Amino acid sequence: MEILICARRVPDTSENEIQLDSAGNDIERDDLVYSINEPDNYAVEEALQIVAKSGGNVTVATVGGDEDEEILRREMAMGANHGVLLSDDAFTGSDGKGIATVLKGFAQKQKFDLVLTGVQAEDGGAQVGGMLAAMLDYPFASLVNSIEVLDGNKLKISREIEGGNREMSEIDLPCVLSIQTGINEPRYVGMRGIRQVASLEIPIYGASDLGVDTSTVGEAAANVKRDDYFVPALGKGAEILEGGNEEIADKLIELMKANGGLQ
Amino acid sequence: MTSRIFAYIPHKGGVVDDSAAELLAAAKKIDPAASPTAIVTGSIPELDAVCNTLCASYAEVWKVASDSLAYPNAELVRQALVKVLPAGSLVLLPHNHFGIDLGPGLSVKLNAAFVSDVVGIDGIDGTILKVVRQEFGGQVSAHVRCNISAGAVINVRPGAFKPADGGVAAGKVIDQPAQVGPLTAKRRYLTTIAPEAGDVDISKEPVLVSVGRGIGEKDNIAIAEELAEAMGAAVSCSRPVVDAKWLPKSRQVGSSGQTVKPKIYLACGISGSFQHLAGLKGNPFIVAINKNPKAPIFQVADVGIVTDMLEFLPELTEKVREAKKVTA
Repeated sequence: MEILICARRVPDTSENEIQLDSAGNDIERDDLVYSINEPDNYAVEEALQIVAKSGGNVTVATVGGDEDEEILRREMAMGANHGVLLSDDAFTGSDGKGIATVLKGFAQKQKFDLVLTGVQAEDGGAQVGGMLAAMLDYPFASLVNSIEVLDGNKLKISREIEGGNREMSEIDLPCVLSIQTGINEPRYVGMRGIRQVASLEIPIYGASDLGVDTSTVGEAAANVKRDDYFVPALGKGAEILEGGNEEIADKLIELMKANGGLQ
Repeated sequence: MTSRIFAYIPHKGGVVDDSAAELLAAAKKIDPAASPTAIVTGSIPELDAVCNTLCASYAEVWKVASDSLAYPNAELVRQALVKVLPAGSLVLLPHNHFGIDLGPGLSVKLNAAFVSDVVGIDGIDGTILKVVRQEFGGQVSAHVRCNISAGAVINVRPGAFKPADGGVAAGKVIDQPAQVGPLTAKRRYLTTIAPEAGDVDISKEPVLVSVGRGIGEKDNIAIAEELAEAMGAAVSCSRPVVDAKWLPKSRQVGSSGQTVKPKIYLACGISGSFQHLAGLKGNPFIVAINKNPKAPIFQVADVGIVTDMLEFLPELTEKVREAKKVTA
């Protein structure tokens, strides 16, 4: 099976406090730690497990710039066969639909049986996978938390719905799935693995390589634009307990007693 | 404001989803003068009950009945909506597992804009809808402009819009079956599997020591278990802990896990995503313990402690044990 994963490099919220910069309308981008968007990493692991059983190749693509190459190398160190950078000045400022349009160009340039995305990006809207599927006229499922390859060019999948329930479906290939975290346990990537792929060539495709009409992507085509970032005025917020840990623990115990939590 | 506003209302077993009132409130934020239309899909007779309920709050309810729509398969619902909705419509959906499945693809097929997971609406300026979204796990918000000149699909975060009081409508139901015709899907629903019951039913526990990503590694779960034991509480968790397989799914609090209603909730190393908070009901006394003072959990907690939970919890455990000895 030929599998494409659409991945993104994002500020890692488990490693960063995201705050506003001094101008107060963008986030402070100095010293941010970036990594692959977490659900995308689960998608790559899932693809690797599928090709280990059924054969095929795993290709990871991202829409971005030179700095985004690092996540492609990381996923190649994990075992992906190919990394591809989709990069063009014309793509800058694309909204979700613009990104999906670029990915559609790549998905049509090469033939893929299965296209995976992460369920959502840290600064995204859980949207690119569903848009890409509709543009390609492929079936789509979001929040996928298990995949079983069936005979007859189809998959049995489950989606994570409310209350821990799993919605089971059959879906025809080719299709697009958005992958939920927890579907597998992504393998560890060490520095040695990263070094081994450091010198591999990563092809770069621009708008003309992908047959993308530049009037359909980029800032001018974007229907959805972010004006600024801000921190909303807080409600009452928490009463912050100050002091040493011991002192705080004493206060907290009194508060919990007062609220019926400790007998 | 000429665009017509539609709210797609999910339902189950003839019962209307909570989003019906929330989407109505969101529509009024777009345009206070608007009279939004509810649109529902499904099969008879459940759909008739749904329409009757919705007529109390929506002036008009579009009923799209078809046996092939008995289960809300987003691929089939999309086909039906594309046939029925007028060009340029504003379509509101709840941003839950169904809206995430339906919204992005629907926007492509309607040639409309898509704006996801909206938590606030600041109104319309010409053809621009001004909304508020949250990014980076709720650590910052963003003002977003959406060009709605060709219509838009707007996914609205559950719980973000408070239903308005009153506004009783004597709505009329409009059948829309003829245009839909036969529907077939390349994705076919099979069945729904309920979660396995766990060793502890966290939905019934009055005190929960709940751990998130800040627990760091599996061996540290013992730190939370010791505190829980001292307090006579149970250990629950947020999604990353289940993803890492450090605790079973049955211990997860959130929209995709359990709904809990404790008296006291200790959120330890939990950032407080809206999906997590959606599982926390009954107005508990929330204690947030987190290293990151920007964590959204501090906005909803009653008491906050900005510290490393791994150092603080053992200290608290000792103090709880001492306090119990004194009481005894």
